[in-house]
Amino acid sequence: MTTLAYHAPQTVDEAVRVLAGGNGGAKPLAGGSDLLVQLRSGRTRPAMIVDLKRIPALMGIRTEGNAFVIGAATPCAVIGEHAALRAAWPGVVEAACLIGSTQVQGRATLAGNLCNASPAADSVPALLAARATCVVVGTQGRREVPVETIPTGPGQTSLRPGEFIVEFRLPGRPPRAADAYLRFIPRTEMDIAVVGAAVNLTLDAQRVCTEAVVALGAVAPTVIPVPEASAALVGTHMDAAVLERLDDACRRAARPISDKRGTIAFRTTLAGVLARRAATIARHRAEVRA
Amino acid sequence: MSKHHVSTTMNGEPTEFLCEPQQTLLDALRDELQLTGSKEGCSSGDCGACSVIVDGRLVCSCLMLAVEAEGRRIETIEGMAQGDRLHPLQKHFLEAAALQCGFCTPGLLVAAKALLDRNPSPTERQVRYWLAGNLCRCTGYDKVVRAVLAAAADMRQEGGRP
Repeated sequence: MTTLAYHAPQTVDEAVRVLAGGNGGAKPLAGGSDLLVQLRSGRTRPAMIVDLKRIPALMGIRTEGNAFVIGAATPCAVIGEHAALRAAWPGVVEAACLIGSTQVQGRATLAGNLCNASPAADSVPALLAARATCVVVGTQGRREVPVETIPTGPGQTSLRPGEFIVEFRLPGRPPRAADAYLRFIPRTEMDIAVVGAAVNLTLDAQRVCTEAVVALGAVAPTVIPVPEASAALVGTHMDAAVLERLDDACRRAARPISDKRGTIAFRTTLAGVLARRAATIARHRAEVRA
Repeated sequence: MSKHHVSTTMNGEPTEFLCEPQQTLLDALRDELQLTGSKEGCSSGDCGACSVIVDGRLVCSCLMLAVEAEGRRIETIEGMAQGDRLHPLQKHFLEAAALQCGFCTPGLLVAAKALLDRNPSPTERQVRYWLAGNLCRCTGYDKVVRAVLAAAADMRQEGGRP
């Protein structure tokens, strides 16, 4: 670490060049709430750190038509304060705002949460349920990919050396559409999800669910979509029997491990319970947005 | 490796320092600037003892590189009292005995100030959630929360004075 170099490029192109020059030994830095801990523990020993926060395109939230574009290095605190984003995507915002303390919120980012690739990352199930995409750049150009293609296993991503995320894109919202994210932790704040569940859905004028995406965190090596759970909701009024099928589909999809945070049996049960509750919250929100 | 030259505004004063690229802002505050009020508890962003305000945002100075401070406005515990005149939060922490060993106190005070800067009338619940990232192992939190609420009430009254 004595030879660590620090760069703070001002543009995306400059960042691509600097990261490519690092020959795989360069690490992008956004909020740093994971990277600095890993630096101190010696878990990562980069030759170069490339701070992305001086690039205007990576900071802040803008709209394009009905869609929201969130700069990859935007702190979660800024996401939480964006009233229009909160109104349109309450589940994504509540998930982002569950990451760490007030202090961590002032720095932590969606890109960091995604690229740290923890199966328990709070924002990822919500982004996945929202069908969010991210724009990735590197020496081979620019590509827009679904968020779920980035994490490939605990601590592993599909990003090629030198690639980084520029922004997240959340699609526009029809009326009567809403999302919700719930996680279980054994205390009220400052902990890592034992299980997380996100539900994003749309209702029609008769309050029939026309579209749904369900995603679970901390029950598999990566955050997972649960298409069977989504299918259980679509075409229904989401009555008790439907929610039971949703619960069942989530329990079947869960392939958790037992660790100090919870056993396989507990996590499996939680996956169903949290998905059912998140679906109920999302439905209430969608009715309000009618 | 040459040191980085960093220019900041520290507690309202233009301040420059030299740092190694891997040094955290907390390292620079304590070792380069001798601002030892910010404490190193965990160095992993869990305890909040190193809390500072950067461009109006509460952050852990252990989770930020010192070089990232270039051009930033930083507030530390050293900037809280005006000479001998304590900040209302400091006064109420003393009056309510909201500290024992005092190690977490600078972080709690800076975090509480960041809250009152943006919300002059927080509820008890809001205070408790806001301060969830500041760990105290001896005093507990009840006296701290009461001191913050009392300071907020004082500051609202002062602000309302003609």
